[in-house]
Amino acid sequence: MKAFTRIMGTAIPFLEDDVNTDQIAPMGAGARMSEDYAQTLFQHRRHSADGAEIPDFVFNQPQFRTGAMLISGRNFGCGSSRESAVWTFLAIGVTCIITRSFADMYRENCLQNGILPITLPDAQADQLEAAVVAANGAAPFAVDLVSQEIKGPHGLRIAFDISPADRARLLEGLDDIGLTLKHKAEIEAFEKKMAQHIPWSQRADASSL
Amino acid sequence: MGRSIFDKIWDAHVVCQRMDGRDLLFIDRHITHELHAPHAFKKLKAAGRKVRRPDITFSALDHTPASTPGRDDNTNPQSKPFLDAVRAASRENGVRVFDLDDADYGISHVVGPEIGMVLPGATHAVPDSHACTVGGLGALAFGCGTTELEHVLATQVMALVRPKRMRVHLEGKIGALASAKDVALKILSQIGVSGGRGHIIEFAGPVARALSIEGRLTLCNLTIEMGSRSGLVAPDDKTFDWLYGRPWAPKGAMWDRALAHWRTLPSDEDAIFEREVTVDCHGLQPQITWGTDPAQVIEVNGHAPNPADLPAEQRGAIERALDYMGLQAGQPLVGLPVHRIFIGSCTNARLPDLQEAAEIVRGQHVAQGVVALVSAGSARVKREAEAIGVDKVFRDAGFIWGESACSMCAGANGDRGEAGERILSTTNRNFENRQGRGVRTHLVGPALAAAAAIAGKIVDVPKMKAGE
Repeated sequence: MKAFTRIMGTAIPFLEDDVNTDQIAPMGAGARMSEDYAQTLFQHRRHSADGAEIPDFVFNQPQFRTGAMLISGRNFGCGSSRESAVWTFLAIGVTCIITRSFADMYRENCLQNGILPITLPDAQADQLEAAVVAANGAAPFAVDLVSQEIKGPHGLRIAFDISPADRARLLEGLDDIGLTLKHKAEIEAFEKKMAQHIPWSQRADASSL
Repeated sequence: MGRSIFDKIWDAHVVCQRMDGRDLLFIDRHITHELHAPHAFKKLKAAGRKVRRPDITFSALDHTPASTPGRDDNTNPQSKPFLDAVRAASRENGVRVFDLDDADYGISHVVGPEIGMVLPGATHAVPDSHACTVGGLGALAFGCGTTELEHVLATQVMALVRPKRMRVHLEGKIGALASAKDVALKILSQIGVSGGRGHIIEFAGPVARALSIEGRLTLCNLTIEMGSRSGLVAPDDKTFDWLYGRPWAPKGAMWDRALAHWRTLPSDEDAIFEREVTVDCHGLQPQITWGTDPAQVIEVNGHAPNPADLPAEQRGAIERALDYMGLQAGQPLVGLPVHRIFIGSCTNARLPDLQEAAEIVRGQHVAQGVVALVSAGSARVKREAEAIGVDKVFRDAGFIWGESACSMCAGANGDRGEAGERILSTTNRNFENRQGRGVRTHLVGPALAAAAAIAGKIVDVPKMKAGE
């Protein structure tokens, strides 16, 4: 996984609550094995029914077609577990998503892909939103995970919290499976213990054990 | 200090704490599915890894196959590459596939419980947010993304931060025409789509006890819509009776041993919950969503909200939902014409759901111009329904008696509506464009969906039953 230290670039304001994964990464006319994730991103909301682009939709505006970070509202990423709803943002360069809150699974999917999920309390979120809307893509914003700070135009500085474990994992770009496999011996011992204690849990078939 | 059922299951499955402080939680039963598994299997192989426990890992093929009667791999041409990729990777890793012609074929969340694969006190993972369905048996399940799926394949554990505990007390006695779906929608209307965020929900109280096991599966299915990754109902004698004799359930002396263990699972009287909520379900009537998120719920004979009655900051979202749904502020829903009916999905396609709908349909006919589809939750449900003539009731009434699949719920198999159509659907998400571009989805229970198919419009089931 790619490590995250600091980024600088355009901040895209998408100021809605309860944005769900069906909106972010719609299945279109049905599932396909290979997708152009940049095209998938908000596909339905970007286009009218006849396929024409809706020019004033945020992600269609020239300054927001790519970006470094996204600013959104409460319960961001609710709905399904589809990871494509994270890959679509990576496809346009977004590696940091700043919200008032995340849906649990979406936040996890961000961490799994090296995207920094930041949650801000209302006062700081209000301040950042105002600055991002005012900048309208013309001035860059920066996010620094080392100093845990968001910086913007006119001296804007907002500190953010993140658990030390999540921070370390992103900073080092650690391979999650590799990390877990360091505990292979414990997993094996656990399986043996369960085979004794709850034997039916260690077999899944029509046998009588 | 007392422990909740969640604590008991969690503690019994923690292998150890990882160096980053996350708990490694052993997963007893893992079912992948063809929509997300191909990517994960591919990455697993590229990393030179194999499935660690193929004996407790399974592959479902539920999201993409067509529901068209008599379908095969090619009926939905987009499905074939997904099916073949999962079959090949599963074969390579020694993982059993519940293939289209398998007697145990079906939606993973339906098959796991019905064959006795998922058991009380077990941990379960599926790369699908409705994994939480099996909480109805008292199992602890987690939906997961594709990268987490690869992690479970490689390690048989999930690396999780321990969630908080929430209990929802369901008080009263629901009305005769309401079902588990209405209970879930009622909870959603009260706590909203993020009410359970960060928590595991235990559903308790007389309503949870009174629900059938299939009803509890429906209730827990909608936990993710409440913002919670998982929910459960403590197992009781009803659960044990339901499981006894199912093909993969423990047998003989092992059954007795399992039963003794399962009886220790319910939450202790002094168990701690970080959050407790009470929902009064007394006399509950059939519920329906009016808007574009599953918490925008009213009684079927109610009215869509009027934004003018709401605080300014809430108006925008409500106006947008009304506009998408083609509704006027304050408009009643009863009487609105419907174009499609879908009875199916992991939410409401077990046998009692189909029977409930069939009772409404019996001897009548689908209204002209309405397309009505039934897709059983599994091949077993379909066989059982056919054995007692439920299929005939639907077919005689002009319903399509489809094959089992996720079908119109997510539309990944091409089963979708047309722009502007109004659909009454027994599924779990009414998000914009989910069932087709511009499609207006109302979430309901099976009885209301069936009644609307016959009437060709949204009807007040209580009044209909009373002959008004």
